[in-house]
Amino acid sequence: MMVETLHQLLPGFLIPPFDALMRMGQDTFGAAWPDLVTLVWTVVKVMLIIAPLLLVVAYETFAERKVIGWMQVRIGPNRVGPWGLFQPLADGLKVLLKEIVIPAKADKPVYLLAPLFSFAPALIAWAVIPFNDFLVLANIDASLLFVMSVTSIGVYGVILSGWAPNSKYAFLGSMRSAAQMISYEVAMGLSLVVVLMVSNSLNLVDIVQGQGRGLFAGMGLKFLSWNWLPLLPMFVVYLTSIFAECNRAPFDLAEGESEIIGYHVEYSGMAFAVFQLAEYTAMLMGCTLVSLLFLGGWLSPVSFLPDSILWLLVKIFCVLVLFFWVRATFPRYRYDQVMRLGWKVFIPVCLVWLAVVACWMLSPLNIWK
Amino acid sequence: MGSMKEIFGSLLLKELLKGLSVTGRHLFARKITVQYPEEKTPQGFRFRGLHALRRYPGGEERCIACKLCEAACPAMAITIESAEREDGSRRTTRYDIDWNKCIFCGFCEEACPVDAIVETRLFEYHGEKQSDLYYTKPMLLANGDRYETQIAADRELDSKYR
Repeated sequence: MMVETLHQLLPGFLIPPFDALMRMGQDTFGAAWPDLVTLVWTVVKVMLIIAPLLLVVAYETFAERKVIGWMQVRIGPNRVGPWGLFQPLADGLKVLLKEIVIPAKADKPVYLLAPLFSFAPALIAWAVIPFNDFLVLANIDASLLFVMSVTSIGVYGVILSGWAPNSKYAFLGSMRSAAQMISYEVAMGLSLVVVLMVSNSLNLVDIVQGQGRGLFAGMGLKFLSWNWLPLLPMFVVYLTSIFAECNRAPFDLAEGESEIIGYHVEYSGMAFAVFQLAEYTAMLMGCTLVSLLFLGGWLSPVSFLPDSILWLLVKIFCVLVLFFWVRATFPRYRYDQVMRLGWKVFIPVCLVWLAVVACWMLSPLNIWK
Repeated sequence: MGSMKEIFGSLLLKELLKGLSVTGRHLFARKITVQYPEEKTPQGFRFRGLHALRRYPGGEERCIACKLCEAACPAMAITIESAEREDGSRRTTRYDIDWNKCIFCGFCEEACPVDAIVETRLFEYHGEKQSDLYYTKPMLLANGDRYETQIAADRELDSKYR
């Protein structure tokens, strides 16, 4: 079930005036009215997702700086507003006021479009993310496939941003980042195949609901039935691939100080900030996917507590803190180590576990029936 | 066999978890940040900040223009010119320190036989032009007059180690 009309969201006392408004619109616009309502309602729904999303992304940077600061026995930003809470706004203002330096021989339109190419896919994928049994913008059948394909388009942003400024360093950096993202997509896809096998669906709502059933769920301990436990190796592989996919530490070669050839070396000001926004949005997307696919989404961990969107938010937050934690802990991989990990460790592990789970599902011990 | 053990050990992510536990503990540790303008770290009495030229209690300047500080200065930041005063004593007519060059090593202070050039605890200073950081003799003497109590107290504390 999805939210199709406002009736499902409005409190009771607002419904009569709303109906009156609809009737008035019908009288004024005639036949075009239903289309108009659909358009407005879709835009409203999109804004309801994007506006909080951008706010969360802004505060993600703040949370990251705070958490990493605490782990380094520092305090972190605390100057702008109470406890530094207005820091993201100050950062945004600063970045807006900075000049976007366009290299003389750059391909200008492509140069300016490249940040959007990496930012837009990160936003589009949110269209099919369910926040609840019915809170989803577009509940399509193959939503997981949609997410996979749309997030892959982000690689175009990386390649274009390396090619457009006509700089060999940006180009080399973009080649490396693109190769890294594509390599880890293979491992990511293979680990998702296992998830698809056990949940027997490509729909994210079904995948989440499937995790609420099982041996332990019957005993009231729902969190043991979530995919993370029976598919633990896949959980680790998927999580690590998300790190690499989002160009996050310890795979953040793009912004490595020691080898300054990231794909965005030639970008400054707001154009650079859009890349950062894309990275943090993609990171939030990754955390959400991990929460949905492996940590039971909005399902509550024990059966005596109700399922709620709050559980999903708590899970996303925990995975996000794990991202920060990892960044504060591990040194950066060398490039060949990144590639070795992707191709020589993760893909074999995925293939082995794929076979194991396939045999498991055919055996009488199958727990996913 | 050993290498197999290693492979399985690395697949269990043992070392990664060990690293995570270290940073995880520090997340809750007491923070050691000193929030500078409000809080300050303690200073020793040998702190080497801005220079000052001292006077004797009677008001006579200590400097005898021996130029040992000028010779000791590794950054060649000190420029001294001297002449005979009416009373026949040798005195500086020019004593400049260029703080753009000074590295605050304290050699001038050490070289001085009469404790004339000293370094104060002052470190919060700025210049808006490069020439603002070029200090001449009257300015250095003024520094000495202003911080004499602190300077004398610091010398007193240091005296037993000399």
